[in-house]
Amino acid sequence: MIKILVPLLGDDVAPRFDLAPEAYIALVDNNHNIVEERTIVLSEASAETLCRMILDERITMVICGGIEDEYYQYLMWKKVAVVDSVIGSSSKAIALASRGALESGAILMERSSPK
Amino acid sequence: MSGSSLDQHFGIDSSLLPISRVLDEIPLGVAVLDHSRNIVFINRALVSLTGFDCSESYGIPCSYILRCNHCFHGCPVKQLSRENRSVTSESNIINRSRTKIPVRVTSSLLVDEDENSFGFIETFEDIRVLESECAKVDRVLKLDDMIGRSPQIQRIFQMLPVIAQTDSSVLITGQTGTGKDMLAEAIHKASVRAKGPFVKVNCGALPETLLESELFGHQKGAFTGAYENRLGRFRLAHNGTLLLTEIGDLPLALQVKLLSFLDDKVVYPLGSSKGVHVDVRIIAATNRNLEEMAQEGRFRRDLLFRLNVIRLELPPLSDRKEDISTLLDHFFRMMSLRFKSRAKSFSPEARDILLTFRYPGNVRELRNIVEYSVNVCEGDTIEVGHLPAYLIESADTEEIDVEFDDETGDDSEPVAVFKLDYPNWRAAEKKMIFEAMIKAKGSRTRAAAILGWGRSTLWRKMKRLGIE
Repeated sequence: MIKILVPLLGDDVAPRFDLAPEAYIALVDNNHNIVEERTIVLSEASAETLCRMILDERITMVICGGIEDEYYQYLMWKKVAVVDSVIGSSSKAIALASRGALESGAILMERSSPK
Repeated sequence: MSGSSLDQHFGIDSSLLPISRVLDEIPLGVAVLDHSRNIVFINRALVSLTGFDCSESYGIPCSYILRCNHCFHGCPVKQLSRENRSVTSESNIINRSRTKIPVRVTSSLLVDEDENSFGFIETFEDIRVLESECAKVDRVLKLDDMIGRSPQIQRIFQMLPVIAQTDSSVLITGQTGTGKDMLAEAIHKASVRAKGPFVKVNCGALPETLLESELFGHQKGAFTGAYENRLGRFRLAHNGTLLLTEIGDLPLALQVKLLSFLDDKVVYPLGSSKGVHVDVRIIAATNRNLEEMAQEGRFRRDLLFRLNVIRLELPPLSDRKEDISTLLDHFFRMMSLRFKSRAKSFSPEARDILLTFRYPGNVRELRNIVEYSVNVCEGDTIEVGHLPAYLIESADTEEIDVEFDDETGDDSEPVAVFKLDYPNWRAAEKKMIFEAMIKAKGSRTRAAAILGWGRSTLWRKMKRLGIE
C-alpha cells in the first residue's frame, strides 16, 4: 500500500508545491487500485502547511511540480519519496506512480500545438 | 523547437538571421507564448534559468515551465491589452534544480502590422544580485529590531558594536517610545553576554518595598509573606544583562543599594547578611532629565556618575524626519503580514499626513497608527479615512495659519501672527486676549477695540477664561 499526496491546481499537479491551493490524497493498494481518496482545500497555500500535513497523514509518496530544495530534502529525510517537476494530470501521475513508473520531470500533458 | 519553426510559426521571413538565434544572444531569459499562453520558444538564458529545454517546454502552458509566483497571484499576461501592452513585476520562480530565484518579469503583447495580437513575449531578469545588494543596505539600516537611516541613528548603530564589547554601564535616555528598551536588548545581543539572560525591570512599576525584594531577592521569613527564598532580578541576570527602565523613578533608598552593587558587584538579599557575588552588566534607561533631578536632590549624583559611563541619547522621531518613511514602510510590511491584510499601500494623501505628523509618542505611536490602519482598512489601499481621527484633526489644525489684524487700532502692524498650534479654540482665544491687552498696555477699552469686540464682550470672555 502506498499513500500518495499530490498538491493540486485544478485537476493537474500544481506547478508549485508552496503555492498549491488544494491537495489530493490517495491510498493505493498493491493491485494499483485507489482504495481511498480525498481532496483537501488548504486554508492557506504554504510549503510548511503541506509538509505538516504530509507527516500527519503518514504519506509515503509526494508527486509535485516545482519544490524548493529545503522542503525536498526535509521530506526525503522523513522517508517520504518525492517525485518532483511532474507536469500533467494528477490521475495520470497517480496511475503511473502506483505501478512504479513515474519519474521526476515526467511530462504527462498533451502538448497543444501553438495557435 | 528549432529556430526556423519559430519563424514559420509567426510567418517571419528570416532566411538571413533566424529569430531564435537573435533571442539566444540576449542575456535575459525570453519566453515567447502563443495566444493561449502555451510556450512557443524559450531562449538559452531562460533554459539555464528554469532547467527546462526548449523542445520539452514547447506547447506546454507557461505556468508549468516558468513556475512563477505570479502564475498563482494575478498573471501579468492576463492584464495585457492593446492599451496596456507591457507590464513589469517582481516575482520568483522555482527551477528544476529546486532553487527559488527572484526575478523581474516584463510581459508584452506581440502585435502584427494590423495591430492584431498574435502572442506574448516575456523577459526574465535574475535579480539575486540586486537583492543581495539590498540586503547589504538593509544591514546598514537595521540593527537587531531597530531601523533608521538618519545620521543620529546611524551614529548609534556605528557605536553599538564597540559599546557592546565593553562591560561598562550604559545610560540610555530619550523620550517615551523612542526605542530605549530595544536598544538595550540590541546591546545585549551584540555583546559577549548574548548567551546569558536579558532581564528587564521597570523601576517605576512597583512600590519601594516590593521593588527591593524584586531586585535583590529575599530570604525566607525576611518579612510577613516571605514563605520562601527569592533570587531577585540581579541574580536571575547573572552572566547576562540587567535593564533598569525608568531609572529616574527608583526610590532614593534603593539608589543607595544600587550604588553599592555597582561598586562591589555583590547583592544582599532582604533578610540576609550574606552577600552574593553577581556578574551582571547594568543598562539603565529613562525619559527623565537625571541631571536636573540630581540638582533637585531627587536622584543621587554619585549614582548618575556611575551609570553615565556610556551615554546614548535616542532622538525623538520629530528630530529625525527621514526615518519616518523607512519606519512607516517597515511597520506596514510587518503588520500586513501579521494580520494577513489585503492592504498593499498607503494612498498619497494618507502617506502625506503620516509623514508630516509630529509623533509625540515617537516610534511607538507610529507603529500603533500603522497597526490601527492596517486593521481598519479592508481594501487594497489605506486611505485618509483609515487613519486614527485625531491624526486628521491635527493635520487640519497644523495647516491653518491665522493672521489677526488690528483694523481698529492706530498701529498698522498686526496684533498677532501665529501658527494655530493650540489644542482648542479656548486656548487660542486666551492667547489673542493676552496679545491685545499687552498691546493696549492694559486698557480693556483699547484691547476690545483692537480685537474688534465690544467692551462687555471682552469682559465676559475674560471672566469665562479666568483672565484677571
